[in-house]
Parts: sequence; C-alpha cells; structure tokens
Amino acid sequence: MPANNPGDLHQVSDRLAYNAMRHWKERLIEAVLLAAAAVSVLTTLGIVYVLVSESISFFANVSIVDFLTDTQWTPLFDDAHFGIMVLVSGTLVSSFVALAVAIPMGTIIAIYLSEFADSRVREVAKPILELLGGIPTIVFGYFALLVVTPILQFVLPGLPGFSLLSAGLVMGIMIVPYIASLSEDAMRAVPMSMREGSYAMGATKLYTAVHVVVPAAISGLAASYILGISRAVGETMILAVAAGMQPNLTWNPMEPAATITSYIVQVALGDLPHGSIGYQTIFAAGLTLLLITLLFNILGQWLRARFRENY
Amino acid sequence: MSNHETPVLKAEARGLNFYYGEAQALKNINMPIYDKKVTALIGPSGCGKSTYLRSFNRMHDLYPGNRYEGEIRFFPDNTNLLGSDVDPIEVRMRVGMVFQKPNPFPKTIFENVAYGLRVRGENNKRVLEDKVEHALKSAAIWEEVKNRLQDQAPNLSGGQQQRLCIARALATDPELLLFDEPTSALDPIATGAIEELVHELKKRVTILIVTHNMQQAARVSDYTAYMFLGEMIEFGKTDQIFIKPQDKRTEDYITGRMG
Repeated sequence: MPANNPGDLHQVSDRLAYNAMRHWKERLIEAVLLAAAAVSVLTTLGIVYVLVSESISFFANVSIVDFLTDTQWTPLFDDAHFGIMVLVSGTLVSSFVALAVAIPMGTIIAIYLSEFADSRVREVAKPILELLGGIPTIVFGYFALLVVTPILQFVLPGLPGFSLLSAGLVMGIMIVPYIASLSEDAMRAVPMSMREGSYAMGATKLYTAVHVVVPAAISGLAASYILGISRAVGETMILAVAAGMQPNLTWNPMEPAATITSYIVQVALGDLPHGSIGYQTIFAAGLTLLLITLLFNILGQWLRARFRENY
Repeated sequence: MSNHETPVLKAEARGLNFYYGEAQALKNINMPIYDKKVTALIGPSGCGKSTYLRSFNRMHDLYPGNRYEGEIRFFPDNTNLLGSDVDPIEVRMRVGMVFQKPNPFPKTIFENVAYGLRVRGENNKRVLEDKVEHALKSAAIWEEVKNRLQDQAPNLSGGQQQRLCIARALATDPELLLFDEPTSALDPIATGAIEELVHELKKRVTILIVTHNMQQAARVSDYTAYMFLGEMIEFGKTDQIFIKPQDKRTEDYITGRMG
C-alpha cells in the first residue's frame, strides 16, 4: 500500500500547507475588531455605573416615593423638593409636540421621495434634507427663540416668550430629516415586485404607497420613529434656549418649562460642590432620562419583532 | 385541439415594437390572442416574451425611458391598449397579472384577495366576502385557507402563495389574465396544481402565459407562439407547433438543439 510509505505522509502540497503567517494576521484583525466593539460597550457600562452609583447616594437622602410624586422641583432652595415629574412633564410635552410635527412630516417626505420623486429630484433633495440634521442644535434653539416664537405670538397672542410649543416645533423640524431619511431607506428596500403586484391590480401610486409599501416597510418606519423619540427626549440646547428653564409641572405646551436635559445643563453650568445633593440630582435626573429612552427602545424592539418584514 | 368552432379574437398585436431606451426589445410583432383560450409564449431567455407579456397591462409605463410603437387591439370594444389616450390604470382594471415569484402583500389572506376590489372602491363587507370566497374557490385554494382567512398571507407556502395571487387577480373578473412564468419558483407538485388551474380557468378567462418549460406549454396551451431575439418566429395551434413546426428555428428550439 503506498499510503504506508512514511515518505508519503509528509507530502503536503505547498498550496495546502498550513500558513502560520495568515493565521496570526487573522487573529490580530479579530483582536482589533473586538477591541473596537468593546470600547462602545464599555463606555455604555461606564455611564450606567456612574449614573447608578451617584443616584444611590441621592436616593439615600431622598425617598423614591417623594422623587416620583412630589409636585415641586426645587433642589437648590432651602425648602428643597425633588419631584422629578416636574421635569418629566416638560420632557414629555416638548417631545410630544416635536413628534407631532416630525412623524407625519417625515413620513410624508419619505413617501414622496421613495414613491413619487424622480431620481434626479431625490438625488438633490435627500442630501439637502440630511444637511438639516447637521445644523447645530444651539442654532435651532435661537431660531426657535428669535424667529418661531415671535411668529407664534402673532397667531397666539397669549404665548409667553419661552414656551414648550415653540421649542417643540423647532425640535420637530430638527428631527424630520432623521425620520424621513430612515423611512425612505426602509420603503425603498421593499421589493419592486410587490409594487408591481399592486399596480397590476389597477392601483394608483398613492394607493400602492399607502396600502402596500408602508405596511411592508412598517418595521423600518417604527425604527425611525423610535430614533426620533430618543432624539426628542434627549434634546437639550433647543429646550434650554427656547423653553425657559423654570421647573413647571404642566401638560400645557403654551407654558414655559424645564425638561430633564435643560435642568441638567442649567445646574451643570453653575458651581455645585461635588458630592452635594444638588450635584447628585444631575445623576438622578440623568438616570430617569436613560430609563425613559430605554423604555422607548424596548418598545421599539418589540414593535420591530411584532411587525417584522415578511416578504 | 380538435374543436372545430372558429376562435374569437380577444386581443391582437399589430406591428408592435418596444424599446428599452435605445434598445429595441420587440420587433414588429403581429399576433392574435383568442378568447377563452390559453396562449403560451415560448423562447430562449432574453427573447422578449416577458417584455411582450408586460405590454398587455402597460407595466412598462412604470419605468422611465420605455417606448411602445404599434397597437394591441383589445376586443370586443377594439380599444388600442397602448393608445396614448388610454389610461394604464383602466387597462390594468381589465387585464390581470400573475408574476414569476409569488408576491402576496403583507396583509391577511382575505385582504390580499379583496385588494383589487377595494382599489375599485368596493367596501361592502357582504360583497367582499362573497367575491373573496368565489375567487379563492376558483383558484383552488379555498379548502386550505377557509379557516384562516385572517392569517398573514406571507406565511403560506410558495405554491399556496401563487394560488393566492391567482385568486387576487381573479377576484376582479379580468378579461385577460397574464401569467409570467408562474411556476418557475415552485416545486413539481405545486406546479401541477397551477397547471390544472390554468386549464380550468380558460372556461371563463383568456390566458396568456410565458413559460420556459416546453412541456408546460404543450400541456396547458391551445396556441403557442415561439419568439426569438424580439421577433415572433411562429404562431399556431400548440399541437401543430410541437408536432410540425414550420420554421427551422422553432424546430431547433423545440427539439432541444438550441436554447
């Protein structure tokens, strides 16, 4: 038997020979990729650690029940109250106003770009739209304060100089490009064969867009809305500039109010002693914000799983 | 086919040319489509048979740069389907289509079949239910889905999806039904079911079917057209085309020497 010849056992051709050099290169690349991925995960964990550990010291002084039920937020006064709902209400009202603008507008723009605009219009319009997302939010803030508020006051004479309405509207405009761009991507990913099926039934473009393309792209649309919500809840500068920074438990967008983020920026700019209760409120408020965003993200994940594309 | 009745014209292509931009895909096609018959279009890939089929419901209008010349006359009213004053949406109201790959909408089984009816403005629940049931029965899928009409259509098997798409097309009572290689994505059993269905459907609707599969053309059609490089090489009764083709090129294709 030739295979029993010991000389043959070592006859591995050059092409099949084990390549040690390639092996180590692969391992090195793997390690670099893992390190890059680890940076973002570790950053998140670090943020959570700081927020939680500082909040624990905060809740050693303030009860969670007071935190959630008190109707005043005056952490720096002698008569200190720590009712986070005051800030949460401002955050939710301004976000609601923003999303009431951004979700319909973003979706309509996405439908137009994906289903109606010819390719030349799309190639010009989409980058311009995305540019809107690149404007610094402080610019949007002053746009709200100096342009939008006066115009709104003309229509609604009782509107104060700072209001959740004005800040929310401009925040909505800021979020439109995110929703429009992501929704358009999701709708363009719907296979042409599905549209053809609808057109072949005698449907118009609009009917096809609303009854076939949007339902088919619903999970992508939901993802873009969730991103929009996260942007709105976390937005800081527009609200700090245009919504006034006075803590105010209100559900009326016509009033000025502080949000979680604008409170954080306000006290962070002052000179609070490290370790004081005022300093710790920053982290308790930050943790609340993180939990709100997390809640919406989980909701988004659930929606995405529920309405997964099934084409 | 040994029936002696004279076939009635349902549609007729007259001097049809078609261009994708500069490229001419169809060259001077002249061909009758007979009423309540199955006409098969065969030919090698790229011969223009799908392009020709998609001219009947103006699908080419959806993409820029496409151009038709000539006419497709549609009877009994003698309308030119390609006429510039004819609305493609009106054409598609009369000419249904089933695609190569099953393309159910991301909706329930019921809503898929009701789609064309809703497009036509029908919202009466009773009418919708009747027509959906009738269409599903005509597409031989009623027994399989009658207890789960509210399930999502994309969860059906490929063969069921294709029959659902046929039901969707049938629900609006089209006069002409276009099939673009309807079984190329299906297994042999599902293919057999669709072929049987085509045979059954020709009692009430005229059918034009593109197929890569010559046995399929021989099994399901009354008339066959052989296309090659955008030209109509030969048209005739299916048994004639398969037993005694007149053109050398048809014979080469059918006997497997080409394509």
